[in-house]
Amino acid sequence: MSNLPADLKYTKTHEWVKDNGDGTLTIGITDHAQEALGDIVFVETPETGRTLEADEASAVVESVKAASDIYAPIAGEVVESNANLSDTPETINTSPYEDGWIYRLAPVDMSAYQGLLDAAAYEQTVADEED
Amino acid sequence: MGLRTPLFSEHAHLGARLVPFGGWDMPLHYGSQLEEHHAVRRAAGMFDVSHMQSVDIQGPGAHAYLRYLLANDVAKLQPPGKALYSCMLNARGGVVDDLIVYARGPGSYRAVINAATADKDIAWMEDHRAGFEVTVERRADLAMLAVQGPDARQKAEPFIPADLRESAMLLRPFCTADGERWFVSRTGYTGEDGFEITLPAEEILGLWQALHDAGVRPCGLGARDTLRLEAGLNLYGQDMDEDIGPLESGLGWTVAWEPVERDFIGRGALTELRDTGRQRAFVGLLLTGRGVIRNHLKVLHASREIGEITSGGFSPTLERSIALARVEPDIGKDCEIEIRGKRVPAQVVKPPFVRQGKVRIAL
Repeated sequence: MSNLPADLKYTKTHEWVKDNGDGTLTIGITDHAQEALGDIVFVETPETGRTLEADEASAVVESVKAASDIYAPIAGEVVESNANLSDTPETINTSPYEDGWIYRLAPVDMSAYQGLLDAAAYEQTVADEED
Repeated sequence: MGLRTPLFSEHAHLGARLVPFGGWDMPLHYGSQLEEHHAVRRAAGMFDVSHMQSVDIQGPGAHAYLRYLLANDVAKLQPPGKALYSCMLNARGGVVDDLIVYARGPGSYRAVINAATADKDIAWMEDHRAGFEVTVERRADLAMLAVQGPDARQKAEPFIPADLRESAMLLRPFCTADGERWFVSRTGYTGEDGFEITLPAEEILGLWQALHDAGVRPCGLGARDTLRLEAGLNLYGQDMDEDIGPLESGLGWTVAWEPVERDFIGRGALTELRDTGRQRAFVGLLLTGRGVIRNHLKVLHASREIGEITSGGFSPTLERSIALARVEPDIGKDCEIEIRGKRVPAQVVKPPFVRQGKVRIAL
């Protein structure tokens, strides 16, 4: 099984979400997602200040194989995007939970964070998909 | 579950990501498609291509039959030991399949056809055999390994049977060394030097493992696709198919118009298309803006749709996105690709993009 930090929340569309404790969340894609995509060669990050609805396509990760939309886990405003991904998109393969983060979001309603999947529930989602 | 080549267990053992392809379960990559791609451009990589099918075409009528069956002319294969790339057309001038045909001796040829189309191809060959003294035999007992890259031939040399080794190493491009059991040709689908080796199914695992021990990197279909795209080589079913013929897929050079008295299937339809001059152009594209070109995206010029991407992707060698596209004739140098609703600028270039390790287009 791929790496799943217990202190993160997850979505069924394979994003991870981290509570930064300052009213913002950081979003990236899971180890399982990067492995399924293969070598990542291009990332389109959202512009700072953009407002996102929950489940809105917010970024695009392209691998040698395919393009994949990254969805906003909850509604909010983009406060920062990971500028390093422009030159080194492969960081998502090598460090999906740390250096490969994609953007930070100031949510409209922070309590929605608690409604996301925990690591065990996400693991179950992945297992169900593979059946 | 799909069909399995004799190397299926070996691929699984090596940690390959296995995917369905043309009815077979084949390795997509063994960890990193990019590293596999670079291994072929810089050193040597190998591919299990046992899903492709060898078909032996033999008999006193084989020569005349192939001259009727194929758009390219096997009369060019003199003396035996040479290979020819050709389309096999339908009556409408569309492509039933593209293949390589090898002349082995008087009345003896071997064709290598695509996996996904193999059953259809063989039925087509059988259906057009009437009036020719010829047999068409699928060689399910054979497997095939491609070893490709600047070091490939030298890496393979020690493992070629002694009776074939010297002749294999002396082969010129697009020629074959034909032994009793092994069939070694200096061909490939990567734009690099190398061999494609056809051998008895039970011997391929030994060759694969010996090459692996010698440092040849196992490569999957993912790298095979980015390598062939950089080399400007067509993929059947994407770049051409039963409705799109050679003149609109950059394969006009494979149609042997001379001698004019040679009748081949599809000749009438091709001639008509050629003489009307209304065929679309097949071009290479280099994305100058950001993003990755994918199959079926629209090509635009001054906001007007002028064509479609047939094969698009990321070029690991150029670190840019490239594509093959079918467009209106005479579009000039610049166009745009519609990627997720945005128009991204691209340049028209002449493939190959990369060949023998070198970039062949201006960046």
